[in-house]
Amino acid sequence: MSGEQAIDVRDLNKHFGDKHVVRNVSLQVRRGEIFGFLGPNGSGKTTTIRMMCGLLTPDSGSGTCLGFDILRESSQIKRQVGYMTQRFSYWDDLTIRENLDFVARMYGMKHRRKRVEATLEELGLTERANQLTGALSGGWKQRLALAACMLHQPKVLLLDEPTAGVDPSARRDFWEELHRLSARGISVLVSTHYMDEAERCHKLAYIAYGELLARGTAQEVTAAQGLSTWMVHGEALGALSEALRGRSGVDQTVLFGATLHVSGKDGAALERTLREATAGTDCRLERTDTGLEDVFIHLMNHAVDRTGFRK
Amino acid sequence: MKAIGTFSFSRWWAMVLKEFLQLKRDRLTFGMVIGIPLVQLALFGYAINTDPKHMPTAIIAADRSEFTRSFIAALERSEYFRIIGELPDERAGRRALARGEAMFVLNIPAGFTRDLLRGDRPALLVEADATDPVATGTALGSVEQIARSVVRKDAGGALSYLAAGEAPFGVHVHRLYNPEANSRNNIVPGLMGVILTLMMVLMTGLAMTRERERGTMENMLAMPVRPFEVMAGKVVPYIAIGLVQITLILLVAVFVFRVPFMGNLVSLYLAALLFVAANLTVGIMLSSLAKNQLQAMQMTVFYFLPNLLLSGFMFPFQGMPGWAQCIGNVLPLTHFNRLVRGLFLKGSEWWDLWPSIWPLMVFTAVVMAIAVKFYRKTLD
Ligand SMILES: Nc1ncnc2c1ncn2[C@@H]1O[C@H](COP(=O)(O)OP(=O)(O)OP(=O)(O)O)[C@@H](O)[C@H]1O
Ligand SMILES: [Mg+2]
Repeated sequence: MSGEQAIDVRDLNKHFGDKHVVRNVSLQVRRGEIFGFLGPNGSGKTTTIRMMCGLLTPDSGSGTCLGFDILRESSQIKRQVGYMTQRFSYWDDLTIRENLDFVARMYGMKHRRKRVEATLEELGLTERANQLTGALSGGWKQRLALAACMLHQPKVLLLDEPTAGVDPSARRDFWEELHRLSARGISVLVSTHYMDEAERCHKLAYIAYGELLARGTAQEVTAAQGLSTWMVHGEALGALSEALRGRSGVDQTVLFGATLHVSGKDGAALERTLREATAGTDCRLERTDTGLEDVFIHLMNHAVDRTGFRK
Repeated sequence: MKAIGTFSFSRWWAMVLKEFLQLKRDRLTFGMVIGIPLVQLALFGYAINTDPKHMPTAIIAADRSEFTRSFIAALERSEYFRIIGELPDERAGRRALARGEAMFVLNIPAGFTRDLLRGDRPALLVEADATDPVATGTALGSVEQIARSVVRKDAGGALSYLAAGEAPFGVHVHRLYNPEANSRNNIVPGLMGVILTLMMVLMTGLAMTRERERGTMENMLAMPVRPFEVMAGKVVPYIAIGLVQITLILLVAVFVFRVPFMGNLVSLYLAALLFVAANLTVGIMLSSLAKNQLQAMQMTVFYFLPNLLLSGFMFPFQGMPGWAQCIGNVLPLTHFNRLVRGLFLKGSEWWDLWPSIWPLMVFTAVVMAIAVKFYRKTLD
């Protein structure tokens, strides 16, 4: 049994019909680690997470979660894992309290009533506890779902876009809570589309078209792509971005409001091209660290090429 | 999977509570629970089967005498028949029946009175449109009665010597379109099974698919709850609903439609509970097989129709061809119909009922096993 790894899956594959949705995905999440799971829409994040907690059967591959086999021992896994679905999946026609109470009973929790009340208190929903859940706003539903999946104090949390639609201050509270849990040894696998959240994770994995393209800490992921990035400040950046595309050394251009990020693997060629293109304009060039967003966009473009080629 | 071995009472109870709470807030279902039995009872019991009176009757009189005249007058007085006129021959009689202009054609053969006076026991021929057996049954039953009373009333006259002894003439009833007679007493108890089948299968059929469609199934599957606990938990509220409906139908049958209840009330409830269990397992099985609520509905109809048609509720069981009886014998409604009619009308005891009880038990066990087997523990 692996004492260190909370989640350890190898070569997972899943097809839906003849669509190969997850390709040979291997992932290890250590105990107490916050592991970020990123990738474009439809890349297979939800599918991978579902396979980890026994909701989908992989076509091939193996793995353990908390030392239990994901294929054969899913009932033990379910007891100790908290899974938050991407789509809200609590009962709209039960009240908030009834939903929490149902969850507590399902896990056979001791001091059920006290725990439910405490959770309501923490959420700040005590006054609204008798409202039907369906009447909550989207963000509040999300917060309720999160609290509900942590109610039974699981050792592993699988969170599928838990903060989608949640306001910034609630998101900050949520991430502080995640780090507190992680300090207590709870492992978290969290999928997200937010870059600031990605940067708060201990480890990251990036998946596109079902294939894991990068893994490691934010620094490792960034370094592995070997990109140089320049920031251009100035006017008419849109036009400049168009002009730069496809020129020597330029792999991608990304417009961030008042600045343009230009990245490329060949640093020297990139610098030459940029200096040429901005000569005689009032644009200002500045070398910068490659950000996660630049890296992910690079990875995604790359992936499109590869799958396009495969077809 | 050893689902029963690790049955958790607390998880099961959580399911039961959840289902009751959801049911409590589901006004439409709540309305259906009370409304459907009442509407069906009203339709079958009142609109379709009100005590049939004044049914159009044509006469083919090949013989005319004082006796035939008073017989016809007595028919009309009985209020079951309304004489619409005379027809020339049998062909015209058949046509009138086929067109629905007449429900009965009374054929008085030539020389009837002569034969009657001779004591030759001649026969009257009554042709009846028995499409709706309930409508015709009572009326036909009264024909012989009326004939006797005509003879008796005439006792002082020429027929006095016929009044004693056996009936002086026969009535040959020829039922067209539907040979086996039924009565309302038959229909109303039978409705109990029909209503329970429809409600139980439909509501449990929707129960699981609703979870799947709303996305809450994913959540439930991620919890450590066992298939058997989910099913057993979902079933409990519907058992309660079944009990309410049984009571409702029983009350309406006895107090509104005056159907005699000869049997033992406890036996009836036990039989009905067994039948409810059989149908609930069917509903659970269908909802395990169906992908969404629409499919569950379609499957319910698919299950309901043979029950309605082949169980002896609509058409007399003995009159069905062998293959249809074979199918009918598998269906729970067939056995429940026998149980409930036996209890209502014959006051049957448990040992009389046993041949209809064990098939229900076997059916329930088999379907439950299939349902547990097909319950999807994953989202695949
Ligand atoms: N039940 C299913 N049947 C058929 N195809 C499916 C099913 N579930 C997912 N897919 C397909 O599998 C692919 C991966 O879907 P998945 O939900 O895992 O993506 P995701 O990375 O979670 O995307 P998002 O960021 O939009 O949530 C998609 O192309 C999707 O259409
Ligand atoms: Mg997803």
